[in-house]
Amino acid sequence: MAIKTEPFVLNLGPVHPSTHGVFRMRTTLDGEVVVDMEPVFGYLHRGIEKLAEERTYTGVIPLTDRLDYLASMSNTLAYVLAVEKLAGITVPERAEYLRVIMAELQRIASHLIAVGAFLNDCGAFMTPILYMIREREKILDLFDMVCGQRLTYNYMRVGGVSHDIPDEFLPALDKFVNRMPGFIDEYDQLLKKNEILLVRAKGVGILPKEMAINISAGGPVLRGSGVKWDIRKADPYSVYDRFEFDIPTGTVGDCYDRYRVRIEEMRQSVRIIKQAMEQLPSGAVKSEVPHLIRPPVGEAYAHIEAPKGELGFYLVSDNSIAPYRCAIRAPSLINLTALCDMVKGWKVADAIATFGSIDICMGEVDR
Amino acid sequence: MTIVETSLGPGGRLAALPPDWPGGYWWHWLVFVVIILIFVVVMVMAFIYMERRGLGRLQARLGPNRAGPLGILQPVADAIKVLLKEDIIPAKGDKLVHWLAPVVAFVPALMIFAVIPFQDGALLVDLNIGILYIVAISSVATVGVFMAGWASNNKFSLLGAMRDVAQVVSYEIPLVLSIAGVVLVAGSLSMNEIVEAQSVPFILLQPLGFLIFFMAACAEVNRTPFDLLEAESEIVAGFHTEYSGMKFALFYLVEYTEVLALSAIITTLFLSGWRGPLLPPFLWFLIKVVAVFFLIFWVRSTIPRLRIDQVMAFAWKCLLPLALINLFITGLEIVALPEGLPWFLILVNIAIMVVLVVLWSGFFKLGGGRVEV
Repeated sequence: MAIKTEPFVLNLGPVHPSTHGVFRMRTTLDGEVVVDMEPVFGYLHRGIEKLAEERTYTGVIPLTDRLDYLASMSNTLAYVLAVEKLAGITVPERAEYLRVIMAELQRIASHLIAVGAFLNDCGAFMTPILYMIREREKILDLFDMVCGQRLTYNYMRVGGVSHDIPDEFLPALDKFVNRMPGFIDEYDQLLKKNEILLVRAKGVGILPKEMAINISAGGPVLRGSGVKWDIRKADPYSVYDRFEFDIPTGTVGDCYDRYRVRIEEMRQSVRIIKQAMEQLPSGAVKSEVPHLIRPPVGEAYAHIEAPKGELGFYLVSDNSIAPYRCAIRAPSLINLTALCDMVKGWKVADAIATFGSIDICMGEVDR
Repeated sequence: MTIVETSLGPGGRLAALPPDWPGGYWWHWLVFVVIILIFVVVMVMAFIYMERRGLGRLQARLGPNRAGPLGILQPVADAIKVLLKEDIIPAKGDKLVHWLAPVVAFVPALMIFAVIPFQDGALLVDLNIGILYIVAISSVATVGVFMAGWASNNKFSLLGAMRDVAQVVSYEIPLVLSIAGVVLVAGSLSMNEIVEAQSVPFILLQPLGFLIFFMAACAEVNRTPFDLLEAESEIVAGFHTEYSGMKFALFYLVEYTEVLALSAIITTLFLSGWRGPLLPPFLWFLIKVVAVFFLIFWVRSTIPRLRIDQVMAFAWKCLLPLALINLFITGLEIVALPEGLPWFLILVNIAIMVVLVVLWSGFFKLGGGRVEV
């Protein structure tokens, strides 16, 4: 005789150790099995899109820093690209290269946190994330050198970047780039063939290829499902068409594939930075741009391959000093939409691991 | 009385009596109870300090280093902090059970030390069923954990408590079977006599038994990779989510007391207890306990956590057959060599262990565990 049981609702969040911010998963559990899940978000809503309409074009840059606070450089890059497209501003060669270097460093920093947090969600007690934070620290030191900030950089400007790099930056960057592949090998050595990690991550939380395309997922989530799509190759912005790099992809789209894709992308980013350092031209880092930009009436959409996926800014101008409308295509939010389908039928522990493997940042989801 | 007394070969003794002590029976009890309490509290504080500093080193950071020289007063500061916190009982919780749970969990953990020999004959009571007593008493702590989970009226607590019960019940079986191998070789259930029987540490004669015991015991005291009941990333703090203040401190104490007890049991059963050259026996005992504890938190800092169904499958499909095979092989060896076990058996047993572990190593099925809903 079977014991009569009924499912119950468990609120994972909004304050929970592994919701990566203030996110709430309203899960219906049957014992340990997730029967249904409803993501609830909006706890961190600051109205950045609306606030942008009240600011000058330059004044919006600090706001975009606060979208995905683990990848501020990428956010500002996407925004200034949109403004430049709108106003038809050209950027000096050197600034383009500096932007690429910063964006790729930011990608490494963001992926380090993503991988570390994912392993933490799998139950590896703090060790991987602390090792990864050790390397992220070095990247933050580099950012500190160029702009004096460690989290919200405000470095990319319309028409270039805010400062040229100091003399000690390139040697420090060179040292970092040479040591980073060794560190990545170190993580691999610890966890690539770890039996427990394999059984926890392989085949768990599968996002099928078709569904990944249908929900217009981006970044490692999309590539983990085996889709070879990267804005840097598909629609090259800045000077990305001048570098050689590969797009790592997964096969089945499980947590392990997403984890591997991130690790491989870090290696590719190091490759890009090396090439950019060799080709770095001299010259100005900022073109002449008026203090108050008044773009002609029109609209522009610029998108980049942010660490978490395709980050796009859609700006509408009415020839005033502030954007008439600013809409943000946030990759975290779009990748999150598949969560319910990915975790149904799995255990609570898998739901947490899958959620960690999507790698979201609540600052970007809620905006 | 006569049921539990066993004569052990020629000249067997009544092991249930405590060893001679000036002043007699009650004096012995009083002194040893105090010694055990002090030992447990001091060692738990030392363990907390060692674990926090050691984990710090393993995780590429410093660990606590502010309170006192090298942070040595950190456990004291922690204790004071936690004792000064407000004691909260959930409004809809079961108050009496909520109060009782930490005590029910703590007492059995402490009672294990009654039969741990700190050196030859230096133990509270040399029960002739010592190891059986440990097995029986250690599972009572689960009741306390489940009481805590139930009384908190919190879903996280209940999930954690349910996981704990399922896990402890499953792992008890390979645990006992691996102990049986040791008992067969030693020819006694008394902890002191098991140590006396170890002219070589049993980890060499029973390598597979040690492996099974270590893993099953880690599951029993909920250390990584089996720390499901307080899996922070999933169910916040498990059964003690709703505990604070003194009662939380007691649960914290239980956790480390159990680990200390586990280290002491492993030392006694497999690492020849207090025996060792040169140094005094008590020091040998301490060194071995600390070494086992280091191994435990090293594992904790290295590997991720298993999922509940994988934990259960590991107990029933991997550890249980291995423990049975181990028991069978040990029995065969003892029957075949009644004169005593020769030294080459060490190599034979290690070879058997390697073969069996390799055979069972492809055990986990990848991608399993999904349920259609």
